[in-house]
Amino acid sequence: MITFDSATKRFSDGTVGVNELSLHIEAGEIVVLVGPSGCGKTTTMRMVNRMVEPTSGTVTVDGQDVSTVDPPDLRRRIGYVIQQVGLFPHKTTADNIATVPRLLGWDKHHISERVGVLLELVGLPSSVAERYPHQLSGGQRQRVGVARALAVDPPIMLMDEPFGAVDPVVRGHLQDELLRLQAGVHKTIVFVTHDIDEAIRIGDRIAILSEGGVLEQFDTPEAILAQPSNAFVADFLGGERGLKQLALITVTDVRAEPGPVARPGDSRERAKEVAADAGTSWVVVVDDHGYLLGWLGLDEIDDAVPADALSRFSLRLKATDTLRTALDAMVTSRTGVAVRVKAEDHGDRYEGILTQEILTAELT
Amino acid sequence: MTSATVAQAQFPDWNWLTNPRTHERVLGYTVEHVELTVLAVALGLAIATPLALAAVRWRWLYTPLLTVTGLLFTIPSIAMFLLIGIAYDSYLGRATALTGLAVYSLLILFRNTVAGLDNVPDDIREAGEALGHTTRQQLLRIEVPIALPVIIAGVRVATVTTIGLTTITALIGHGGLGQLFITGFNRQNPTILLVGVIGCALLALLADLALVFLQNRLLPWARQE
Repeated sequence: MITFDSATKRFSDGTVGVNELSLHIEAGEIVVLVGPSGCGKTTTMRMVNRMVEPTSGTVTVDGQDVSTVDPPDLRRRIGYVIQQVGLFPHKTTADNIATVPRLLGWDKHHISERVGVLLELVGLPSSVAERYPHQLSGGQRQRVGVARALAVDPPIMLMDEPFGAVDPVVRGHLQDELLRLQAGVHKTIVFVTHDIDEAIRIGDRIAILSEGGVLEQFDTPEAILAQPSNAFVADFLGGERGLKQLALITVTDVRAEPGPVARPGDSRERAKEVAADAGTSWVVVVDDHGYLLGWLGLDEIDDAVPADALSRFSLRLKATDTLRTALDAMVTSRTGVAVRVKAEDHGDRYEGILTQEILTAELT
Repeated sequence: MTSATVAQAQFPDWNWLTNPRTHERVLGYTVEHVELTVLAVALGLAIATPLALAAVRWRWLYTPLLTVTGLLFTIPSIAMFLLIGIAYDSYLGRATALTGLAVYSLLILFRNTVAGLDNVPDDIREAGEALGHTTRQQLLRIEVPIALPVIIAGVRVATVTTIGLTTITALIGHGGLGQLFITGFNRQNPTILLVGVIGCALLALLADLALVFLQNRLLPWARQE
């Protein structure tokens, strides 16, 4: 879809922004360009829509060398979102979103219909349509920026630190929304950020660049975390690499252990047996229908396993949780394990437990 | 001794103030004053805007243009009108007055238009370019509209300045309310002078309010309180 072939950018002062970059981006994937400042990530992105012209090498989009396309024509087919958003202050939300459709000469009816669809797509109420940018919140402005970029449904989106200027909570929401949106629209997205965590969260693949625009590694987040290609990448990934990897694996990706399960009314001996099999000093208590009741230490059992006065698992893993949450559950529970459940109307159905051994096995 | 008191008109001069001919004349002067001001500022804009666009496009033009318009601005006004009169070979034409007034407005209009265009934030320029505006569309749809509040601020200052300067053109026979200064002085009548001054001040105030009103109507996104 987008191919960089030995693309190099040397600035007039002699510094090299991007050095002999070759990169192939598939249709429908999110590729994140990440690296420290001065690594040429923005310069690389801007070569795609000719905001920057390579000094040597080529950039092709759909097999067509972009240097042969008239820049305005090229740019109208490529969505563009930047950190400062760059909304036009003299235009209302609706008019901002309508920018490219107007440049392309769409008729009025078509435009207003499209604006309505886009507002809904990015989760904005139609009441903001007639407001000016200065009357919107930071998060709303960012959404308008995204809607404006999506206006003519371009197959490619360029996003330069789009969530860099909003607070962490809103940023998290916007990242989730982008992924939700992407699941429906399947754009080819080139996303620039200096935040490795954002890269890991957003990217299907990540290109890590070092100063002077040198490509250090280009792979999936999982592969990069598991095997950084060199010291620069390892250093850039920073500490807690294991935790970052865990955050990429959902609990459904691993097999839970059955765990020491007892039912109310089971004898003390029976509970001891179950615990011994699992190598624990406690049992999970589950009712006859399979719903999780809690857990109990063996020394707390008098004659039989009771149905109440049990300890609770405060953090229970659902299908969408990651192994990072599992680790959190382990270190905050006295049992040292995480319990996996399936949420139902009547309660949490017990599915098994995750142990630290399972996590360690995933990372090695 | 008595001759001085006879020459000095009484104040306020009710006779003059209540004379219908006075009202007719003051109205005529006011109309002329407004016409001269509007035409001069319009002429100034017609010259300054292309100059400013050129200076933004070709940076090296800025300093020389600023210097020239600045020098013109420093020419003493009486000398300016007399000089233009020589150039036109007539001191009494309305063109003389208009040219001089327009020349004085150039510096303010040029400088503000350039500043307005320069002040368009980089991220907005970048977005405009990246969305596929041609150079011309970028200028007409993005940069000029965003520069308008600053350009209008320049028009406001130029208008108020021109209303003041127009009184001087009374010396060459086209001065609007400035004519009252001359009449008042010749007759040693402070009432007439004062009416001229108050008229000018009111005119400047009204013109400024009108421009603010216009800006708020035309540019609701840049509303001024």
